Order: sequence, then structure tokens, then C-alpha cells
Amino acid sequence: MGKDVMADLKRDHISKMLAKGVRIDGRRFDEMRPLKVEANYIGSAEGSARVTLGKTQVVVGVKVILGEPFPDTPNTGVLTTNAELIPMASETFEGGPPDQESIEVARVIDRGIREGHAVDLEKLCLEPGKQVWIMFVDIHVLDYDGNLFDAANIGANAAFKSAIVPAKRAGKGEDYPLPVKHQPISVTAVKIDGKILVDPTHDEERVADARLTVATNETGNVCAMQKGLNGSFTLDEVFKIVDLSGKIGAEVRSRL
Amino acid sequence: MEGSDTKESGREIVVPGELLATDTKKAGPGTFTDGGKVYAAHLGIKSVRPDQITVVPLSGQYMPLRGDLVVGKIVDIGPSNWLVDINSPYPAPLHVNEVPWRVEFGETSKFMSMGDIVLLKVVDVNESKRITVSMQDHGLRKLTGGMVVDVSPSKVPRVIGRNGSMIQMLKNDTGCRIYVGQNGRIWIDGDLDNIVRAVQAIKMIEDEAHSLGLTEKVKRYLETSSKKGA
Amino acid sequence: MGGAPIPADIKLIDESGRRTDGRLPDEMRPVKIEAGVLARADGSAYVEWGLNKVMAAVYGPRECHPRHMQNPERALVQCHYNMASFSVEDRKRPGPDRRSHEISKIISEALTHVVFTEYFPRTSIDVFIEVLQANAGTRCAGLTAASVALADAGVPMRDLVASCAAGKVSETMVVDLAKEEDNFGQADIPLGYVPRTGEIVLLQMDGDLSPEQFNKGINMAIDGCKKVYEIQRDALKRRYAVRTVDSDVPPTNLDSTKEGM
Repeated sequence: MGKDVMADLKRDHISKMLAKGVRIDGRRFDEMRPLKVEANYIGSAEGSARVTLGKTQVVVGVKVILGEPFPDTPNTGVLTTNAELIPMASETFEGGPPDQESIEVARVIDRGIREGHAVDLEKLCLEPGKQVWIMFVDIHVLDYDGNLFDAANIGANAAFKSAIVPAKRAGKGEDYPLPVKHQPISVTAVKIDGKILVDPTHDEERVADARLTVATNETGNVCAMQKGLNGSFTLDEVFKIVDLSGKIGAEVRSRL
Repeated sequence: MEGSDTKESGREIVVPGELLATDTKKAGPGTFTDGGKVYAAHLGIKSVRPDQITVVPLSGQYMPLRGDLVVGKIVDIGPSNWLVDINSPYPAPLHVNEVPWRVEFGETSKFMSMGDIVLLKVVDVNESKRITVSMQDHGLRKLTGGMVVDVSPSKVPRVIGRNGSMIQMLKNDTGCRIYVGQNGRIWIDGDLDNIVRAVQAIKMIEDEAHSLGLTEKVKRYLETSSKKGA
Repeated sequence: MGGAPIPADIKLIDESGRRTDGRLPDEMRPVKIEAGVLARADGSAYVEWGLNKVMAAVYGPRECHPRHMQNPERALVQCHYNMASFSVEDRKRPGPDRRSHEISKIISEALTHVVFTEYFPRTSIDVFIEVLQANAGTRCAGLTAASVALADAGVPMRDLVASCAAGKVSETMVVDLAKEEDNFGQADIPLGYVPRTGEIVLLQMDGDLSPEQFNKGINMAIDGCKKVYEIQRDALKRRYAVRTVDSDVPPTNLDSTKEGM
């Protein structure tokens, strides 16, 4: 009962406003919400950031511990990403083991930072085949108003930038900065009534036909993509979103 | 505390359990008595009148009261009633006896469908908080078209204004039909651009409900945002 | 309780009677509270207590799920305490463990005592506590935050619940244990207190205390609770501080927490 009931009613409101070229919060179609990034937010983590994107708030924590490499990649460190969509963030999030939503968010963020080579995992190898650094990227959603993909991706990038490898505690020498190589930034857009809107709010996500997340690097190359929801995109729409992602991504990157 | 004016023009914010008075005869809504004294029952603004002290809530769920006008949405249909969401922790069943049509058993979906917006009155709330709503009073009906906006139920009095002054100002200026449900749901119908202005004004009232000079600010907004797109 | 052998280079109480972080035995860590920090929840509060960072959110009263748990005469107050995996030095696996379940239960019970549950039969009031950064005393910070979040949500209560712990380190009774004191100390007494009535709604103890030491400790904890209550109340009043529209005076930057939020 209550809040979520209203989501369907808003579809009409959103459509009518879009027909006039405006989103319900007054933004342009290609405009992101106000973004605030605070790095080093959590002292107990090796790297961290708190990101506020409009009303969406996420905290990303990076923990680095010693461990064994995967057998098929004996020379590289391990990166593993997890997302907690905790009930505090939305009445639509249930507690319990990760559901499809949280798993998709985690895997899409992971794809972006892994394929975009955000961290030089080879530099996290201490002894090939025996000992490497394992990076846990934990995304904790505190307040949900749409677009977890971008909020969490920006958080991860910000966390990496100021993260350290806790070598001292592990008796492996002095602490040193996490070897960051690139900054793959993701930008998510949705399609409603044939219009492409960047950085959707929860209301917009709920009534959208389709969603596309595109991660690009500072070279302009695309490193990860994910289409979501039950609708479809035309090829032109895909190119348009890729183009937008590159431009907006560059701007976000400059603010990290 | 520097910068935080909690006592301005007698608008004092009180927290649950805060002492308000020592005369229990003055205990009004939003207060409770204990050991001969009156305390605030919830967070709110202390309101002192000669005969009564109340605490005006700043937040909280909508708790239906007999006589309330509410804007609801049909969320389920049974053979002899429709279940209406009225933005409350309690569901509101609308029985076939409480609508102006003659509805045969099992024919309920012919009259109203899932998702329909309705204007209803709360006719009863029993001790167990079981709610009875009705569509049988004058003016109550299914609402078609228009748009529904949500505000926090505690802000509804501000949207209505003293003696309806605020809502009347909105209606006059925008030319829209507006029904304000006590449950925080507001239905607006009219020219789209004017609906948008009405929604903006209502959001402004919600954001600044307890600030001073609000009426002036809303008036200024309505004057400056003439009948054009948002 | 830690009670582990103290490493040679740590002096829990030094010659001048000061603790590892410089505090005197009856001194609390700095506490900052902000109310109404989340958009979606019905009520919320953020607490920074020493190095602890705790967020609390409230949804409700709302329809009770699971249905079979409904109480026909009252609301259920269901609290879920959780620690984020990055909140501790050794990463914690996500999800509640047995400790979290226990803490959730005792906090639910503490809050149930003050909430006017009889006003909302058949509903549930869901309280979520997330520890983002931990440095001992998270259950106290959590209960403190949860009370503020409940008030912020407009839930009727007889009073706020304030919470603080006391303990023993190096044979000295101290208030508000920090991490090292918790790890290497000799006793821990977390307390939940109703300031107006003096009722105790949460109490645990572990360690080794003589009756006199316990008496001293619990009174130190109560004093701590009274101080915390003032901060809780202030946070709620500031949240809705009445302001004049179009004021030329920019809002005072109250503290860094506010900046962060």
C-alpha cells in the first residue's frame, strides 16, 4: 500500500510532460541530476566513496586482502563486486540473499570496471600462482531514486582513486596506492515514449520501455554495455546513447 | 543553538516525551498524559490555545478519521467489494452497498477497474482500525482524466489553507478542478500547462509548509509563471 | 568482551589517568546526529559517534508482512541491524550473522517499550540500522539513531530512547568504550535508557565486575545516555527549524556531518 501504488499513476504525468519536451523534475533529456562525490568516506575500508546522484545515495567500500589467485589467472589479482540493495533504501527492496536486481547491478558495475581496466590487476600479484591481493568492491545502497548503475560506478571509480593497498598490515612492506589504470564511467539512459532520457529517476525507470547503460573510457572507447527492461532500442538509438555516454562520461570523469 | 531558530513566532518544535503542561485538562491531539502532566506524543509543532495544547505533526502516516474526504486507487476487486488504497497502513474496502449503482454479486469489475481513481468519504473507523469508505455522498465518484499528486498527509492543512484560502487561490489562478484528499493525494484536472503550475505550487507548499511567508511566495510564483509551459 | 592479553605497547589507562584516545574515564566520544537524511524512508537519522558511522531508517507504520505475524491489537516494531562488509577492518561477509540477529532483537524490544503500538493494530513499524563504519558501541549508536529516525517518521512515542555503554579497562570504570578498550577491556555494559522516566529498556553485560564496579558503571552509562538524549533532541529540532522564506542569511554550517549529508 502507499508509495509504490502511485508509480503507475505517474506514467501519465511523465508522458504529458515529455510531449512538451520537459521531464517532471525540469531537467533536459540529456541532463544528469546534481552529483556529489565524497572520497575516503569510510575509514575502515581501504578505499571508499559516498555518492549522491539526485536523491539516490550509495556508499562504495573497497576492501583489499591477501588471498590466492584463480587457477586460470595465476598472475593477476582478484576483483569481486557485490551490491546490497538494503530495505532501508526503498520499500520495494526486500532483505535476504541477493536477488536478480542486486546481482545485475553488481555484475554490470563489475563489467565496467573490469573490462575498462580500472585497476591494473597484474600489479596486484605478489607471488604468481600463490599469493595475490583480492579486491572486494561492496556497493551499499542507502537511498533509492533510480540509476544505481551510474551512482555505484562513479562511487567505485572515486573509491579506487584514493584507495590504498594495506601492505603494512599484511607484513608485505609499506602501504601504497591502488594501481589505478583507467576510469571507465558508465552513463545510463532510458527510453520513454520514444524519447531518450539520461540518468533516470525511479519514477522514470518504472515507466520506461528500455534502458541502456554504456561505460566508456577516457580514450573514448566503449568497454561495457547492458540493455535492460522489456522494450527495445533501434540501432540509431543505441548510437545516440553511446555518443551521449562518451560526452557525459568525460564530464563526470573530470569531476572525480 | 546558533542558526537553528526553533522558537520563532511561537512555533516551537517539540520531541516525543517533551513536557508541555501540568494541567491535564488541556491535553489535546498529539499529546499524552502521565503522572498529572501533559507531554508531546510525537515530533511536531507545539500549539498553545487557552483551552488546549496540541502538537501539530510534521510527518507521519495518514490515519483515516470519520468524515475525511480521500482520493484512492482501486488495487483489488472482489465479488462484492473493491479494495481501495488510500495511502494508509490500512486497506479500505469499498462495499457494493456503498456505491451509487446497483451492483450484482460478481459484477464489480463492470463498474470499476484496477487502477481507477476514486473520490470517497471515510464513514467509519473502528477500534481495530477497520476502515469503511463510501461513494454515496454528493460529489463522490470515480475520477477520470486529470493527474494525481502525492504530498505528505501532514502538509494537507497547508495546501488547503485557513478556511480554504490557499486551495482557493490555486483554483482561481490555474482554473483547474482540484480535490485535496486528507490522505495526501490531490487530484487536479484542467489545461495541461495550468496543471503543471498547480503541481509546482503544491510542491512548493509541501517543501516549505512550516515556513513563514509561504502564502506570499506561492502567490508570487503563480503571478510570475503565466500560462505557458513549465 | 575482548579480554585478550594487552599488547605491550598499548596502555589502556596511562599515568595521568587518560585513555588511549586521550579521554578521561567519564568522557564520551564526540557524537553528531542528523535527522531526516534519506529521501525515501518515512524517517531517518545518521549518527557519527567517535569513529562509528551508523544510518537508521524507518518505514511505517505499514501493513505487516509476513501476515501471520500481525498482532490484532498493536503494531509490531521490527528492527533489522546490519553491518556493511566494509565497516570493519577484516571484511565481513554480507548478510546478518548471529550477532546481528541478537542485536536486532534487543533493539526491537527496547523501542517497542516506548512506541504507542496500540495506536496501530495489525501493522509493522520497520526499523533498519546499517553500520557503515564500526569502532565499538555500534548497538548503542544504532539504538540512538533508530529512536531519532522513529521520531522523524512521526511515530508516536512516550519518549526517545538514548543509548550508551560503560565498561572496565585496566581495573578502571570508563564510559563509552572505543575499539581497543572493547577488545582488551574487562567488562562491557551497553544500556538503553528512557530519559524522562528513568526506565532501562536495553541492558547487557559481559565481563567480570564486582557489585560496586557494576553500580558505578551503569550510572556512568546512564549519564552518558542523558548527554546523548540532548544531542538527539537537538537533531530533531534542527531538522524542522522554522525559517523565514527568502532569508538573506545563509544557513549556518552546523557541522561536518551536515555538510556530508
